[in-house]
Amino acid sequence: MSEREVLELLRENARYSTADIARMTDLEESEVEAVIGELESAGVVRGYKAVVDWDKLEDEKVRAEVELNVELDRETGYGDIAERLARFPQVKALRLVSGDYDFDMEVEGDSIREVSMFVSEKVAPVPEITQTVTHYVMTSYKEQGIELGDGDEDDRLSFSP
Amino acid sequence: MTFELADRVQTVPPSGIRRFFEIAEERDEVISLGVGEPDFSTPWAARDAAIASLEQGKTSYTANRGKRELREAIAGYVADRFDLGYDPGEEIIVTAGASEAVDLAFRAFVDPGETVAIAQPSYISYEPGVIFAGGEPLAVPTREEDEFRLTVDALETAGAADAEMLVLCYPNNPTGAIMREEHLEPIAEFAREHDLIVLADEIYAELTYEGEHTSIATLPGMRERTIVFNGFSKAHAMTGLRLGYALGPANAIGAMNKIHQYTMLSAPTTAQYAALEALDSCDDEVREMIDQYDRRRRFVLSRFREIGMDVFEARGAFYCFPEVPEGFTAEEFAEDVLREQGVAVVPGTVFGAGGDGHLRVSYATGLPELREAMNRIEAFVDEHA
Repeated sequence: MSEREVLELLRENARYSTADIARMTDLEESEVEAVIGELESAGVVRGYKAVVDWDKLEDEKVRAEVELNVELDRETGYGDIAERLARFPQVKALRLVSGDYDFDMEVEGDSIREVSMFVSEKVAPVPEITQTVTHYVMTSYKEQGIELGDGDEDDRLSFSP
Repeated sequence: MTFELADRVQTVPPSGIRRFFEIAEERDEVISLGVGEPDFSTPWAARDAAIASLEQGKTSYTANRGKRELREAIAGYVADRFDLGYDPGEEIIVTAGASEAVDLAFRAFVDPGETVAIAQPSYISYEPGVIFAGGEPLAVPTREEDEFRLTVDALETAGAADAEMLVLCYPNNPTGAIMREEHLEPIAEFAREHDLIVLADEIYAELTYEGEHTSIATLPGMRERTIVFNGFSKAHAMTGLRLGYALGPANAIGAMNKIHQYTMLSAPTTAQYAALEALDSCDDEVREMIDQYDRRRRFVLSRFREIGMDVFEARGAFYCFPEVPEGFTAEEFAEDVLREQGVAVVPGTVFGAGGDGHLRVSYATGLPELREAMNRIEAFVDEHA
């Protein structure tokens, strides 16, 4: 139960201090640390990363969503292809999905050229891959549940009954 | 010429919060824990439904008591959540905020000179409402020792046995107190014994932490003498949309509707569409907001204890009610902490009897702001207490 609560808080903001998580859950700090330790060692929590709005930075990253179609054979399953693709550091996310194509792959690079080269030279030649469709991300409005707009001002009165 | 004001208006003092507004205006970077409304926006689905209704031109009056569909949805909701059974045809009225419904009840049931007992500290509108209706408010103070629950002792001491009506608001604004069934039972017995009408303002009912809300109207013999008030402002974060409702026996709601139809006609139509959608599809958002409040509640209570200020375990609404350190009155503390540290809190005295020596601290504010505000309060206490 406390595991669920701590996980929820970490998912909300992984930078909450142990002390604050303890205050919000009525746990002891040591218990919070133990729970987080268990979540990490069990592989439930795989990492902590910042949610970045690249539009706010000058050296913008180029990102693309790539649709992949594959043809399996007796020796090769989805897992084998995925394993091979996931090893490339340019691949930030890789998911098997239902629908018109098989894999949904997120790629990140410093330029359109770099991402294109990666797809054409590293991904397309994989024998089982029959088709790739690359969609460059033009603007992002929401990432991991966080809206990237300018946010709403708190326009409430400072006192109300 | 100057306008001669009616006595019942003149006798009501201006709100005690006014002065603090002005101090807050003069200062930059005020973090406000003085707010009595959610920091969340109305769930998007409800806003979207309101927009769609406007696009479709649904801007005329509704039935006086509110759209039938909405009353049916309300009946289903209160039955499901609070075990309250009311007929959408005759026992429910939709109003412009629960505040309007409370005012209707005072005007419908209080004759000039009749006494209305009010459990305090409480929301600031009850006393003026009684006075505007020509009645005499009677303050019934509650105490920190009782975790600000109303007790029969307090009712007897205040002389509430002779009152016509009793007003209670649990979960409570400003204390965050709640009353469980076992605490309500003796109050219900008192009301039956002395034949009191009970106005139960349950606007914060959904915001009950650690256990479920019990409505006094569900206790034996209480339905027939109780009006229950609720609305969409708090749990559904719809304050500005102004939508509330009252539940009660048909003849009582009929009397309230008589005033409502001559003065308000009907509650805002756009808000009714938003409310319908809120009940229909926003349970998850409401749940998420409640979970957030609960975490902040625990955070703020923990911080007050760390700072060394006494605070009882508030389990409702989005307020806690710490005691000011020795050497301060509530007003002084609130004023100084606002001037020196830029943290806005409301002195408990504003909320009537029993509120002195305490502060209403609202945690309807994001955690980063709460964290900073609590650090500032800590710095203030370290320096002065």
